[in-house]
Amino acid sequence: MKVVVDMNKCQDHGQCVFAAPDVFSMDDDGHLLYVSDPDDALRDEVEEAADVCPLQAIRIED
Amino acid sequence: MVVVGASMAGLRAAEQLRAAGWTGAVTVVGDEPHMPYNRPPLSKEVLAGKAAFDSLAFTPKGSTADVEWRLGTKAVAARLDERAIDLDDGSTLSYDGLVAATGMRPRRLRCPGPQTGRHTVRTLTDARGLRDELTRPGVRVVVVGAGFIGCEVAATAVALGVTEVTVVDPLPLPMVGPLGELLAGALLRRHEERGVRFALGTAVAGFEGGDRVTGVVLGDGTVLPADVVVESVGSVANVEWLDGNGLDVGDGVLTDEWLRVGGRAEVVAVGDVARFPNARYDGVPRRVEHWSIPADTAKHAAKSLAAHLAGREGELAPFAPLPTFWSDQHDFRLQSFGAPVLGIDDVRVLDGDPDGDVLVGYHVGERLVGVVALGGHAVATKAARYRAELLKQPALTVQGASK
Repeated sequence: MKVVVDMNKCQDHGQCVFAAPDVFSMDDDGHLLYVSDPDDALRDEVEEAADVCPLQAIRIED
Repeated sequence: MVVVGASMAGLRAAEQLRAAGWTGAVTVVGDEPHMPYNRPPLSKEVLAGKAAFDSLAFTPKGSTADVEWRLGTKAVAARLDERAIDLDDGSTLSYDGLVAATGMRPRRLRCPGPQTGRHTVRTLTDARGLRDELTRPGVRVVVVGAGFIGCEVAATAVALGVTEVTVVDPLPLPMVGPLGELLAGALLRRHEERGVRFALGTAVAGFEGGDRVTGVVLGDGTVLPADVVVESVGSVANVEWLDGNGLDVGDGVLTDEWLRVGGRAEVVAVGDVARFPNARYDGVPRRVEHWSIPADTAKHAAKSLAAHLAGREGELAPFAPLPTFWSDQHDFRLQSFGAPVLGIDDVRVLDGDPDGDVLVGYHVGERLVGVVALGGHAVATKAARYRAELLKQPALTVQGASK
């Protein structure tokens, strides 16, 4: 599974961090960090993260 | 399955029905001509011209590829005893399960005067029309209502170069209802520093002009010159199609803690039309117009419906979402977790100060019920760190409840 975040769209809301804390995190300045090739076992939480992104900036590619 | 309402709540309901194991037919009915799209950018990026209108559509999921979308069509009547919905094109849909996802529409001011030049911001069509007007040179704008939409539109108008933007509200501070006085005061100062004017503590009495608005008349007789008026004075639930079924639709559709409507296990309500009790708080049913609610309610309601249709009643925990909202205005963000409005009488600064980046906590007794950050990204991130603590708090006891 490959995760792509459109960083032009991302506004650092952090909703993805709650949904998929193993994949997404925020640095101390409040900016998004993420793992682009997470284990497939995390698919459900990554899908949840994509759903709850207010900017719909997260895409999952297989 | 019939889902009435094709905005985000309707889409999430269709997706969650599939996720909950429903493999039968799903039909979604929506009165707008568009597939479901994301509304928060309407008052900000879309109005500012930074997001194309067609970039707002949600990405469809494979699981909903066979969902039938009846767009540009409205449900006009529900006959719940017969499990049938009548549409405005004369057709009728029968169902095993029904999802009410019809959302809200803007409340309109019932003041005398011209209609032309008066706008609301709820749909793509609304945002397009308002953008065309705000980009006219020298336009003078009056925003009626200093809530989320009003404050966002005022900020966007300033960013577009509009030099005369005035926000009118009968309350003494912007967004004081959801935020309380401390943050509302800080918000007012920030808007004023960036060029927004306010006429607070005063209501609108009427509009001046012939065919088209030229001014807004305030309660004390003052006239604010205006070429464009934006009405952001709250919303009204789209529930008329449910009339005649003996439901409580006094403020949205009343549901139980499984989002079921009128004691019927085959009918649920989702999104901001649902008035549901939140087991995390005081058990009082409330509508919640935050962006996160369509997804939260859809997930819970779909499980509730799927369990009923599979004959598995009573397996589900009561609905207990942690509300969250945000609002982007000028160069700052408001970020909230929990239910600050329940603790609005006991607001304490947790970090920073109200003239800069600030994080405040809302309390009932010593119990933290909500946090709101005002400022840049870093303080919004600090607010998020309180989310786990808010999730740990025990439920509020129901005050004055008889059960």
